[in-house]
Amino acid sequence: MSILVYLVPAALLLGGLGLAAFMWSLRSGQYDDLEGAAERILYDDDKPEPDRTETGEPEN
Amino acid sequence: MAELAAGLQERSGIDPALFVRKTPEGEARLDLVVAGMHCAGCLRKVEGALTKLDGVTHARANLSTKRVAVRWDPARLHADKIVRALADTGFTAVPFDPKLLGTFDENETRFLLRSLGVAGFAAANVMLISVSVWWGLVTDMDETTRAFFHWVSALIALPAVAYAGQPFFRSALKALRARQMNMDVPIGLAVILATSMSLVQTIVNARHVYFDASVTLLFFLLIGRYLDVQARAKACSAAENLLGLRATAATLIAPDGTHRSVAVESLEPGMKVLVAAGARVPADGEIIEGASEIDTSLVTGESLPERVGPGGGVFAGTLNIGAPLIVRVTKRDDESLLSEIVRLMESAEQGRARYVRIADRAARFYSPAVHLMAAATLVLWFALGAHWETALTNAIAVLIITCPCALGLAVPVVQVVATGRLIRQGVLVKAADGLERLAQGDTIVFDKTGTLTLGRPQLVNMGEAPQDMLALGAALAASSRHPLALALAAHGTGLARPKLDDVREVPGMGLEAVHDGARLRLGNAGFVDAESTAAHGGSELWLKREGGDAFCFRFEDTVRPDARETIAALKSRGFAVELLSGDREPAVRKLAGELGLDEWRAAARPDAKIARLEELAAQGRKVVMIGDGLNDAPALRAAHVSISPADAADVSQTAADFIFQGVRLGPVLETVDVARRSQRLVFQNFGLAIGYNIFAVPLAVAGYVTPLVAAIAMSSSSIIVIVNSLRLNRKAKEAA
Repeated sequence: MSILVYLVPAALLLGGLGLAAFMWSLRSGQYDDLEGAAERILYDDDKPEPDRTETGEPEN
Repeated sequence: MAELAAGLQERSGIDPALFVRKTPEGEARLDLVVAGMHCAGCLRKVEGALTKLDGVTHARANLSTKRVAVRWDPARLHADKIVRALADTGFTAVPFDPKLLGTFDENETRFLLRSLGVAGFAAANVMLISVSVWWGLVTDMDETTRAFFHWVSALIALPAVAYAGQPFFRSALKALRARQMNMDVPIGLAVILATSMSLVQTIVNARHVYFDASVTLLFFLLIGRYLDVQARAKACSAAENLLGLRATAATLIAPDGTHRSVAVESLEPGMKVLVAAGARVPADGEIIEGASEIDTSLVTGESLPERVGPGGGVFAGTLNIGAPLIVRVTKRDDESLLSEIVRLMESAEQGRARYVRIADRAARFYSPAVHLMAAATLVLWFALGAHWETALTNAIAVLIITCPCALGLAVPVVQVVATGRLIRQGVLVKAADGLERLAQGDTIVFDKTGTLTLGRPQLVNMGEAPQDMLALGAALAASSRHPLALALAAHGTGLARPKLDDVREVPGMGLEAVHDGARLRLGNAGFVDAESTAAHGGSELWLKREGGDAFCFRFEDTVRPDARETIAALKSRGFAVELLSGDREPAVRKLAGELGLDEWRAAARPDAKIARLEELAAQGRKVVMIGDGLNDAPALRAAHVSISPADAADVSQTAADFIFQGVRLGPVLETVDVARRSQRLVFQNFGLAIGYNIFAVPLAVAGYVTPLVAAIAMSSSSIIVIVNSLRLNRKAKEAA
């Protein structure tokens, strides 16, 4: 049973990582616009936007 | 006339520069409502158009709230350009000040979501350990391992409860300080007691701890709470957008003749303002220049536009539908008729404040009962000679098992499902307890203009019009934005379009054009030298071709298309329906007859409306007020519950509990049905939760509730309540 001494902290660490990721996503506003996020995936971002390359604005 | 001519060029919108704020980084920031955004394509167009502008550093559209935030370098770009860039891509953008609109606390939602995350994490991990312990109790787990597991659980649960329990603790404290009871009192108490008892059990190395119960309880309840807040936030932001879309600013004419957009509040008596055609009058005042027609329906309920000229008085909130006017302000914003109505409204608030939500009423009985039961258990076990520890454990078990998890979910889940269903039907639920109050309603009072009718004129004598006159009139009317002209133009779609030259608008009079070499005029009777025969109770528009006879197009306000059926349906549901209008008697009598309403009152002023509502309330009736005008706003507040159409006056929308969109009256019926069905489901949920308690409490009193039993009982009752609430949605699908 002494293996638990490693396994339990490992499980907690992984869970904690998940929680931290959730907090980060929340803070960065990823839950602010759920409908928009669902639609944004339809953006075809592979093609460079012509207007941006023309004006030479930096991508962010 | 120079000022008027300049006024015609003026865009009727608001100067966006008024709403620009500075960010700490020195950038300018503007928030806009773009109501037309619906899809990924719109998002892309809006953001694309904005980022393309020179100087814009950030443009982000939010599809859920239909708002756009733009940041840019103020040195390189003016706010006006941003609105224009959006207009060029076909979107109407209206600037707003988030500070004025942001009535809903975004931080609250965020905090709930963070708490939910923490509680979810803790619940999953503690449950993982608890299941091992439960299994270990019947197999071979040694005491050291169990103690180790208990300590790990404590390590997770204690901070989690301290963090995620805050929404409940705070609300419970608030209620207790006000010497009231709400559901959060027993919830908070149960969570705190369960956690602290478990900590003691862990320290003395006992067999049972309840950490899992306290964190899963929080997790379930937070889900309910979050859904509730989220649904209300959505309805609120939609309602705010509606208001923001018509935020009013006044066009001030400075002494040097220049025009400037200012906030309505800053107007002082003596100032000159320009009121463009189609704009609302910003303040009470006197006309200096221009002749026009004023639509006062929002203020008085009067359906006919009033003709005004120099020297005439105008009231704030009325709509200028004719030509541009120059008005000298006679009263400050807070002395206007509108402000008087607002004051009347504030004092009218009565039934609303006294109403106690069902959940809180249940808590009033439930909490003392539960606490008494726990105390009785403690005393009973003591009396039977048990050790104080056993007695205390069992008493706390009673608190945990009766903790109103299912009761706490009973109302919010139904509320969320109902709100979601209504939003899809175009009804916004603004008040949290609106559905509960609506379900109690037994009397419906309608306003006339704008509520039962569309508040928009429609051509009534189309059959009498010669085809060629109709075609000419419609073609000519198409170049004006006057409501009568719009109504006439709508009839020209199927007709051959005559060719017109030199179309021009004569302010306050009508339209003029040349057709086949002959002069054509469309406008008021004087404009075509005809004698008005306005005896029919509606508005009229005259058309005359040079050398020919004048023809009179007559218009009347249109009844909402399904008003008759809706009223019949409401009556069949047991409502007493009546009409309470500020309009003149003949118009009200006619409409009441058409719609089959026996009970009606005409020419009712705002205070008369309140008086009638109070009379009904005194008879013990629960009144549902449905109205749209400024004159209805106090009545909307005074009623037990109120509904407003989306094109109602701002104050009325603020006062109303529900807002429905579209030209049909059907959503009102739908709202009533959903409210009643929700009420039924809430009571069923209470029944289920109480039934569960009747079964579980004796077990707890007898000391049979181990943490495992508590976990199973709690989750299953919560799930049953949720599933039962979801039936509301299923019925919606069947109906559709």
